Amino acid sequence: MPKPGPDLFNPAVSPKEQKHIYSVSEITHDIKVILENTFGEVWVEGEISNFRAATSGHFYFSLKDQSALLAAAMFARANRELKFKLEDGQKVICFGKVDVYGVRGQYQLIVDKVEPTGLGARQLAFEQLKNKLFKEGLFAPEHKRELPLMPFSVGIVTSAAGAAIRDILQILAKGSPCVSAVIRAVRVQGESAAKEIAAGIEDLNQFGKVDLIIVSRGGGSVEDLWSFNEEIVARAIYNSAIPVVSAVGHQINTTLSDLVADVFVETPSAAAKIIVDKRNALVAELDSLRQEIVFIITEMINSLKGGLVALRHMLKSPLDRLLEKQQLLDELRSGLNQGIRYYLNISRERMVSLIEKLGALSPLAVLSRGYSLSMLLPQGEIIKEAAKIKPGDKVKTILAKGAFIGLVQEIAADNFNSC
Amino acid sequence: MKEKQSFEDDLKRLQKIVEELSGGKLTLGESLKKYEEGIKLAQSCSASLSDAQRKVELLTKKDGKYSLERFNQAESEDKA
Repeated sequence: MPKPGPDLFNPAVSPKEQKHIYSVSEITHDIKVILENTFGEVWVEGEISNFRAATSGHFYFSLKDQSALLAAAMFARANRELKFKLEDGQKVICFGKVDVYGVRGQYQLIVDKVEPTGLGARQLAFEQLKNKLFKEGLFAPEHKRELPLMPFSVGIVTSAAGAAIRDILQILAKGSPCVSAVIRAVRVQGESAAKEIAAGIEDLNQFGKVDLIIVSRGGGSVEDLWSFNEEIVARAIYNSAIPVVSAVGHQINTTLSDLVADVFVETPSAAAKIIVDKRNALVAELDSLRQEIVFIITEMINSLKGGLVALRHMLKSPLDRLLEKQQLLDELRSGLNQGIRYYLNISRERMVSLIEKLGALSPLAVLSRGYSLSMLLPQGEIIKEAAKIKPGDKVKTILAKGAFIGLVQEIAADNFNSC
Repeated sequence: MKEKQSFEDDLKRLQKIVEELSGGKLTLGESLKKYEEGIKLAQSCSASLSDAQRKVELLTKKDGKYSLERFNQAESEDKA
């Protein structure tokens, strides 16, 4: 609807009051918000034209088809991951975000990934499905179930005629003959394969008498393995109450079934080897547990035996103690003898010295110098004062040699000095 | 399934016995009892692992009923 032009002659009503007038920046900003919010991340298919690699390492090009053109930029950080060269005329699918480059008033696709069409279409579907399942949490680590300690019965979903079943059974027969296998034979490639694989997993769950399920097929082309990328298989694995090991293809073909499974290995043989390894580890553990028990009990018995020996020793000891006492007695006795001898010697020496001392003090020694000693008889009392005797007393006088007895005739009046 | 369960139970019991024995709080009589039980458990677990009564069967489903039949490996190898 054509709008009336602004009335230059009647500016009584300001246009500003009537409607909002954007600045260029404002409207560009709003466009940017609307575009980016509407599209977010998208896949766009088209043909590359005007391809230019800037010195900065960024790529600039356009995507076009019969009737339209879309500017695109792929920054260095993203294009470093590219596995092929971009060229004009190439048909590709780009994954990226719609962006508005305000400076030039341009909208463009900021490209994150580019894939050639053909393989790309399938890859695209795969990526989309992977993304969807990822968001739903099918690959979440917390959903992974632990494999049983020892699966004695293994369900195998694979082709009955393939190399996979042959490899798995061979390795189990050799390394883990205690494990029984329940095979649910399915087609592993072609139209109905995915449905059969999914049904096989469900059947084994319903059947119930297996501890672990291996979903497997041998190596092949990406197309051969494609059934294992189907949603129905991924969901069957996710919904399995029994832990699932995915062993599809060889080496680096990672399928969705690998991502959903509780454990994934690169080859069917590797799946069987998990079980063999589990068995061997358990055999070793049982061995060590048994050894430990035997060791503990042996130790215990040895220690009790040790206690018994100690007790027996204590029982024997009265005799030992008697012998000890006897020995002590002998020692004391010999000590006593020595002591007595010593004491006697000491005593003898002391006696000799005393006798010598006595000799020095003996009055007899004085007598030898001409003194004599008189005693009043009969008492034998030494006469030290003349006043103690009287005439007529019998006196014994001892000389240095011999003695004589005499009678006192008279008491001299004075001492001998006056004689 | 049943074998797996009893195996796991036995192994757990055995581990517990070893733990109790190494705890050193048991009398000789108790220890000897545990020892006997432990050795029996170890033997039965080992026997399960050495059992060679391995079966390879094919699971088939007919009218919603499951049945097992012998799997002929030689035949499958020919086909492969």
